[in-house]
Amino acid sequence: MSKKESILRPKGRVKGGARLPHNKTTAEAKTVVIDPPEKVVISMSQHIGAPCQPTVKAGDQVFVGTVIGDSESFISAPIHASVSGVVSEITKIRLPAGNMVDAVVIESDGKMQLDPDIKPITVNTAEELVKAVRDSGLVGLGGAGFPAHVKLTTSPDKPIDTLIINGAECEPYITADYREIMENPDDVLDGVYLIKKLLNIENVIIAVEDNKPKAIKILYEIAADKRDTDDKVKLMKLKSRYPQGAEKVIIYSATKRKLPLGKLPSDVGCIVMNITSVAFISRYLRKGIPLVKKRITVDGNAITEPKNLLVPIGTPISHVLELCKADDPQKVMMGGPMMGITVYDTSLPILKQNNAILAFKGKAAESKPQTDCIRCGRCMRACPMNLTPAPVEGALKNTNVDELNALNVMHCMECGSCAFACPAGRPLTAAMRLAKNEVRKAGK
Amino acid sequence: MQKMNVTSSPHISGPDNTTGIMLDVIIALLPATICGICFFGFNALLTVAVSVASAVLSEYLWCKAIKKQTSLLDLSAVVTGLLLGLNLPPTLPLWMAALGSAIAIVVVKQMFGGIGHNFANPAITARIALMVSFPTAMTTYIVPFTDNVVSSATPLGGGDFALSKLFFGIHPGTIGETSSLLLLAGGVYLVIRRVITPELPLAFMASAAGLAWALGDDPVKTLFTGGLMLGSIFMATDYVTSPPTRLGKIIFGVGCGLITVVIRHFGNIPEGVSFAILLMNILTPHITRLTAKKPFGTEGEQK
Repeated sequence: MSKKESILRPKGRVKGGARLPHNKTTAEAKTVVIDPPEKVVISMSQHIGAPCQPTVKAGDQVFVGTVIGDSESFISAPIHASVSGVVSEITKIRLPAGNMVDAVVIESDGKMQLDPDIKPITVNTAEELVKAVRDSGLVGLGGAGFPAHVKLTTSPDKPIDTLIINGAECEPYITADYREIMENPDDVLDGVYLIKKLLNIENVIIAVEDNKPKAIKILYEIAADKRDTDDKVKLMKLKSRYPQGAEKVIIYSATKRKLPLGKLPSDVGCIVMNITSVAFISRYLRKGIPLVKKRITVDGNAITEPKNLLVPIGTPISHVLELCKADDPQKVMMGGPMMGITVYDTSLPILKQNNAILAFKGKAAESKPQTDCIRCGRCMRACPMNLTPAPVEGALKNTNVDELNALNVMHCMECGSCAFACPAGRPLTAAMRLAKNEVRKAGK
Repeated sequence: MQKMNVTSSPHISGPDNTTGIMLDVIIALLPATICGICFFGFNALLTVAVSVASAVLSEYLWCKAIKKQTSLLDLSAVVTGLLLGLNLPPTLPLWMAALGSAIAIVVVKQMFGGIGHNFANPAITARIALMVSFPTAMTTYIVPFTDNVVSSATPLGGGDFALSKLFFGIHPGTIGETSSLLLLAGGVYLVIRRVITPELPLAFMASAAGLAWALGDDPVKTLFTGGLMLGSIFMATDYVTSPPTRLGKIIFGVGCGLITVVIRHFGNIPEGVSFAILLMNILTPHITRLTAKKPFGTEGEQK
């Protein structure tokens, strides 16, 4: 990237979305590494795909980075101990999504001793990279938690010409990716160049929302000094309009290609990776420490001291809330306020793909008062996928699957823009989610 | 274990709410309302007040009678009552105004399920009901600032009025329809507040003026007389009874404009706005379906 080269503008703009309050109060809050909690509870399901089976038993001694869960399935990622200590039990926990999963409980010895097998890793081919990324336990750190090695597995019949690095971070409050860019910009770019080289991808577009000018500047300056002879790594400034970071939206912004329903980014020649994921890959290769810690933004109106914390995976949410002096929170969620999942119990653990813990109280913990739909059409205008959310509620009530299909509910990506826009306070995104379930059940 | 409030995402919501939208419509109508009251006197004030009160009371009693949670707080009954009041001549017997509001709320709105479920605009339908029931009372107007009764020499009925008088509203008509200037100002307010988008009123006005011109009528007069401003800005744009899509709004507006002028030019009743809007209300579901957008990524595909 030459310095003269200007920063790219989006090639296309997806209509709709929502103008949200940014509330990025923790943007300048440097990441604080927390002391290990007394015990961690590590879920065996921390990604989309098959859950892992525990590979340790009660009484086993583990170190930071010891594999404690794995699966034979391709779409899964191994899980590692995040503290050193002794496995006290294998238990079952109910995740906020409602599913019961195995969890490994480790009593920490407070020493955070690294597993003796950990060493730097050298990769020279795409296959070695994919294997290393799987071993690292990396899942998409943007929130969805798709195993990263699956994304990086390419096939010759689906050539990839563009690697999109997602640094949009379009949800309010969250600054975890922003802090990654500000604190480890070299890791980000090392990761970018490594993937570009090994996967032989021609173009790279690093997309960041324009509400992060400092992040854009720092990436720009470092990239200018890096070894990019053919000038194919570009920065792109996205308009700060939710949901810029959604996969289909960011692909359209970067390439003007539309990702059809049920297709993967590789079908349109793209790989989309979260910016923290990319930085993690370069760190993993350098040090060999798998994904055992995660930076999370702790914020919300029930948090007295908002912070960015680097926490061992499996740390109870309540521990994090205490560290940030939560004041009587009534609603706590993993992730941002648009797509995050509320937790029913704060003793639940932090997962790999969490990027924020938000706690609210008072009015912010309540929902908007409901009236009947006034058919204003705001939900339709807000939908980035051009859907018509309002009638879905009625069709869902009657379990009319044909009607739900006619309303194209399967295209919904559950971004929440419709419910955000609704003046009548209708739970439209929830209706969409249930509607998709009905359609799946009907098998049509 | 501390019990937490669990909700489905999104967990934040935008600034708009139903009551706020209705309040914005009321605010946008206030200048024209006050102007009408100044022009037509105390009777006009009474008529509007009775319309609003009757609408609110009808809504309350109906909800009570069918044991439904009352929806008074959303202010939609106030909007309906106010719109109907502005559509009535200032000399109308007050019981007729009260009856009109009751028809609007009970028959047109609540019997179809209440807010958001009616297929026709309540105020328009009630106005038409009054017009066919009490044709004389509904077409008896007075000259502004006087008590001089005229029973058809409105600009639409063939009277001759200067353009400036039409624009500022100094001519006989219903209470709220005469001041084009203040109605337009209300429309601009609604557009700025993003309560409505301008496509529908503009399509309505442009098509009406265009057809009037083609038929040899004065297009400017077409725009500034009768209920065209009030109808196109405040009644045709009713969310429930107009299409939500942009193209749909344009089709709806053009339809309204053409029908209005056809009725005015060829019909034997002087005003066509109400019937035009009502007819297009009926077509709304079809227009909505025909103009529905295809999902992202499937635009080019055949269904």
